[in-house]
Amino acid sequence: MKFIRKQLDKMKPSFEKGGKLSSFHSMFDAIETLFFVPKKTAQSGIHVHDSKDSKRLMIIVVLAMVPALLFGMWNTGYQHFLSINETADFWTMFWYGFLKVLPIIIVSYGVGLGLEIVFAQLRGHDVKEGFFVSGMLIPLIVPVNAPLWMVAVATAFAVVIGVEAFGGAGMNILNPALTARAFLFFAYPSHMSGDAVWIAEKADAFSGATPLAEAAAGNSLPSALDMFYGFIPGSIGETSTLAILIGAAILIYTGVGSWKIMLSVALGGLAMGYIFNAFAANQFMEIPAHYHLLMGGFAFGAIFMATDPVSAAQTNKGKWIYGFLIGFIAVLIRVLNPAYPEGMMLAILLLNVFAPLIDHYVVQGNIKRRLKRVKVKA
Amino acid sequence: MSEKEPLFSPKNRKLIFNPLSKDNPITVQVLGICSALAVTVKMKPAFVMALSVMVVLASANVIVSLLRNTIPNRIRIIVQLVIIALLVILVDQVLKAYVYDVSKQLSVFVGLIITNCIIMGRLEAFALGNKPWPSFLDGIGNAAGYGLILMIVAFFRELFGSGSIFGFQIIPDVWYIKNGGFYENNGLMVLSPMALITVGIIIWVHRSKNRDLIEKK
Repeated sequence: MKFIRKQLDKMKPSFEKGGKLSSFHSMFDAIETLFFVPKKTAQSGIHVHDSKDSKRLMIIVVLAMVPALLFGMWNTGYQHFLSINETADFWTMFWYGFLKVLPIIIVSYGVGLGLEIVFAQLRGHDVKEGFFVSGMLIPLIVPVNAPLWMVAVATAFAVVIGVEAFGGAGMNILNPALTARAFLFFAYPSHMSGDAVWIAEKADAFSGATPLAEAAAGNSLPSALDMFYGFIPGSIGETSTLAILIGAAILIYTGVGSWKIMLSVALGGLAMGYIFNAFAANQFMEIPAHYHLLMGGFAFGAIFMATDPVSAAQTNKGKWIYGFLIGFIAVLIRVLNPAYPEGMMLAILLLNVFAPLIDHYVVQGNIKRRLKRVKVKA
Repeated sequence: MSEKEPLFSPKNRKLIFNPLSKDNPITVQVLGICSALAVTVKMKPAFVMALSVMVVLASANVIVSLLRNTIPNRIRIIVQLVIIALLVILVDQVLKAYVYDVSKQLSVFVGLIITNCIIMGRLEAFALGNKPWPSFLDGIGNAAGYGLILMIVAFFRELFGSGSIFGFQIIPDVWYIKNGGFYENNGLMVLSPMALITVGIIIWVHRSKNRDLIEKK
């Protein structure tokens, strides 16, 4: 650590105002604060100081995703060897998946951070840390067979249209990673859905459909336990509910993610699931409500996407409404519109748009209630 | 006003060239967005659409300008509509007779030129208060500004959505995944949301080049 500090101090003067590399100071700043807590303090006004700055918050979120990532790597190998009917030991499977997943992560970070830095230089602001999380989320929500250039295009779209067009990280209406996913889903549907994309180098005879697709087609599903542990085909990070729950525990323990949103998403999904069970007009409606929480991206979306503090609702009551509607609509889209198997993505994006409206009415309602109290006394 | 104004005086030239950039009907006045989204999947229909709008707008401007002192103010909107509708029907018939396939692709959108906000907007804002010749130039200029944006949007949508320009395949066939390559057309480009985003990007670029277009806070 001392060595890094020394090197940074040596370089610092040339990046400061007047130095010969001063136009790249935001890049230097980003790297410096990555290693060390910045020394800058607020200059004026009342402020509450906390050791958690946003870079550290983001790193906790990335850490929380590590279980899902590691499991996803292993599962990539597991599904591959299962489909070609070979047995392999744990490390062979993991290594196979690691080599498949790593390029996607590199592309996502490379393109995203590259564009972020370009925009930071152009607009003269600091490199924001928002992309730390998005860059990790994007690889976790794409199928392992997604061509790398598509991931690159989608990441560029998410950063430029989803974030920078609105004024940079923190100003975006939509979750950037989901923007990338939605872009991929609509632009290259044959590579983002169907049953050929989820397993790397799959044998042709092996059905690689996700449980969601199987359910929509009325086929039999894997057992609930298999889906909970995640031994199923799917996007890289979304299959294992268990690994995602470990991430959720980290987020809740550190106070980074809102448990209210996570819980209410699950409740919303269950509620809609039970409503469908009550009607039970077709096979998809009949599957047990809790299956919806285990299938597809529901758990992943609830824990890592819906809780994104920038695009989620801010008020406490608003969080309950926002989360509940996400779960509710996700299951609704899944069951009633089989053309869009991943209802979770669409539901979160929709509620992202509505989050400010929900907050507005919660705040207005609060004001009205308290005004009434004043009037009664007077 | 004793001396006759030359046909292409600086003032008249402005009527043509201003709508191309600083006063563009789509990117600055934000008119005619609906048809810009609908007809820009391919360049050929977009081009025909732009030409049709130019014919309708220029003629309607001239006719309304000629009648401007006789149209009773209270029923002027309906009179304008009759004139536009007449011209649109003429254009539609011509398209059906000579470029039937494009006319089929444009389907209702030729008919919907009647409701194109640019046309009503120009009639109300310009032709009702100006002489025929400036009105004619104003019509040509605004339609050209509209067509310019249409062509830019259609260029990107056709190139990335279908891999061609004006129907000629630009991206080599062997690049496609189905032929063993790596490339795939972008399906989102064909859908209308991407047209809206493309227009948005054009506005973004346009405004950062012309700082005076940005509203003061």
